[in-house]
Amino acid sequence: MTETTLASAVAAASEAPVLSVPRARRLPNRKRSAFLAVASAFLLAAIVVAGLLLEPAAQATDFAAKNLAPSLAHPFGTDWMGRDMLCRTLAGLSTSVLVGLGAAVASSLIALVLAAAAALGPRRADAAVSWLVDLMMGIPHIVLLILISFALGKGFWGVTIGVALTHWPSLTRVLRAEILQCKSAGYVAAAARLGQNRLAIAWRHMVPYVLPQFVVGLVLLFPHAILHEAAITFLGFGLPPEMPAIGIILSESMGYLSAGLWWLAVFPGAALVLVVMLFDAVGESLRKLVDPTSAQD
Amino acid sequence: MTRFVLEQIGRFLLLMLAVAVVTFALVSLSPVDPLQANVGQAALLGMSEEKRAALAAYWGADSPMHERFFAWFGDLLQGDMGTSLRYNLPVVDVIASRALNSLALMGVAWLVSGVLGFALGVLAAMNEGRAIDRVVKGYCFVLAASPTFWVGLLLLMVFAVGLRWFPIGFSVPVGMAASDVTFADALRHMALPAITLSLVGVANVALHTRAKAIDIMASDYIRFARARGLTRWQALGRHGLRNLALPAVTLQFAQVAEIFGGSVLVEEVFSYPGLGQAAVTAGLGGDVALLAGIALVSAAVVFAGNLAANLIYGLVDPRMRPAKGVRR
Repeated sequence: MTETTLASAVAAASEAPVLSVPRARRLPNRKRSAFLAVASAFLLAAIVVAGLLLEPAAQATDFAAKNLAPSLAHPFGTDWMGRDMLCRTLAGLSTSVLVGLGAAVASSLIALVLAAAAALGPRRADAAVSWLVDLMMGIPHIVLLILISFALGKGFWGVTIGVALTHWPSLTRVLRAEILQCKSAGYVAAAARLGQNRLAIAWRHMVPYVLPQFVVGLVLLFPHAILHEAAITFLGFGLPPEMPAIGIILSESMGYLSAGLWWLAVFPGAALVLVVMLFDAVGESLRKLVDPTSAQD
Repeated sequence: MTRFVLEQIGRFLLLMLAVAVVTFALVSLSPVDPLQANVGQAALLGMSEEKRAALAAYWGADSPMHERFFAWFGDLLQGDMGTSLRYNLPVVDVIASRALNSLALMGVAWLVSGVLGFALGVLAAMNEGRAIDRVVKGYCFVLAASPTFWVGLLLLMVFAVGLRWFPIGFSVPVGMAASDVTFADALRHMALPAITLSLVGVANVALHTRAKAIDIMASDYIRFARARGLTRWQALGRHGLRNLALPAVTLQFAQVAEIFGGSVLVEEVFSYPGLGQAAVTAGLGGDVALLAGIALVSAAVVFAGNLAANLIYGLVDPRMRPAKGVRR
């Protein structure tokens, strides 16, 4: 008798509502952000490597197997020359990612130099840089890209240099503000009063403050660079037709749309969207980790 | 007021001058041979050396760059942008005939994406964390990552090739005399390009409005309004919308450049005869004068957008108006 009441009491106690429990078991947020960033980066690296390895396969034609709809043997279908669209898409993505990476890195370096000149240099430099930013933002991006690509005779260098020369303005604004904020911080003034020279201050205090913002800004430039590369290639100003690129694949697919070859456009485009979103995921996760106001979100 | 107007005119002229210089420099850098572009490869090969030199001298192709610039710029000041090679018409005429198509397309897309984006943003914020919010957010993230021309291709495939609801391209029915084209025809041809541009343009405004609306709904004045007995939507309508509209309008005007860029891609996909398509044709065909002309026009459009943003800022936000009777 007593044993049963005891057992039932224990059962009741374990079922009784508890006033405060953690809502649900989940990964700590910082770990989740870090995991998301690393996993996305790995996936992107895998896509690039696969694309580079598959480049010969992407060019292999097989006229016995042309215009095939997606199947198990050819998940993305084949085109009018019997090339496997999955291989072509992967090879195209790796080209796009590499061009985008190169251009974005060059662009971010331009941004860093101009932002430093504006924030640390004389007032005239500041005015000149902000006027330059306004000028660049005053012409629509695509039109400017067409102009630069035209000036350089189109092709690989046309689009790479074009993207590199047009993507720095927004990052320059951000970095300039960051450097200015850091320059007026108390600890920089204190270091100067303590007699440290300017180089030491820059290295000890400014670089650690600005570098994370720079890296995040750089990663967030990638998606823009890749999308613009694809767009300008699509219009015919970018990579040459013999290079595998998403823009080329999509512009070629235009001629076959009315024939009902929908897979030529749908899958490569969707793959590009996926890559761009992965880059966004890396960048946003890094931003969350770096930015103290959203570190715990 | 006069000072403001003069200042804006000054800024506009300075911008145009800079754009003209940059455009001219870029276009002159191009490895396209002006002689070959003008007379064609076959004709050039058939010419004698002296004939080529005479032609080059006639067109001034061998004169130094600054002389060519001042010649072009002097004509530009008189409203003469040169002659388009591809269309064999004065550049001004080409631009004028296409500007209407492009501006109509961009205007519709700009308005629809702005209104739709604002509404979606507010809707998502009022249902924060629920299914609607997640759908809107997901939609915006995907669309922000999608290339405009790919969205256009998809719509073209589904609605023009598959369902045959809309024509495949161009701005008027093929083979119809210009006088027979009705307004409805023009609308039907503009529909898909405009829808594409609007769908893609929504993301930015919607996400921005959503974040801002969530901030506002958590503010003290909304809490106070709720304490007075207003429902959440009433409180939003009376106290929130005006604060929300301001950044949204500014953002939307700042997006004019994006919409212009998007229209280039969309016009190319739908073979829609607008400025963007002309720019692509000019660039691919070595039509220097037309390309430079369109670059100038696009910069003017973007400037107008930014100026409108500043003016409307002053209209909507009383804090931004210059104080009356206060000397600064």
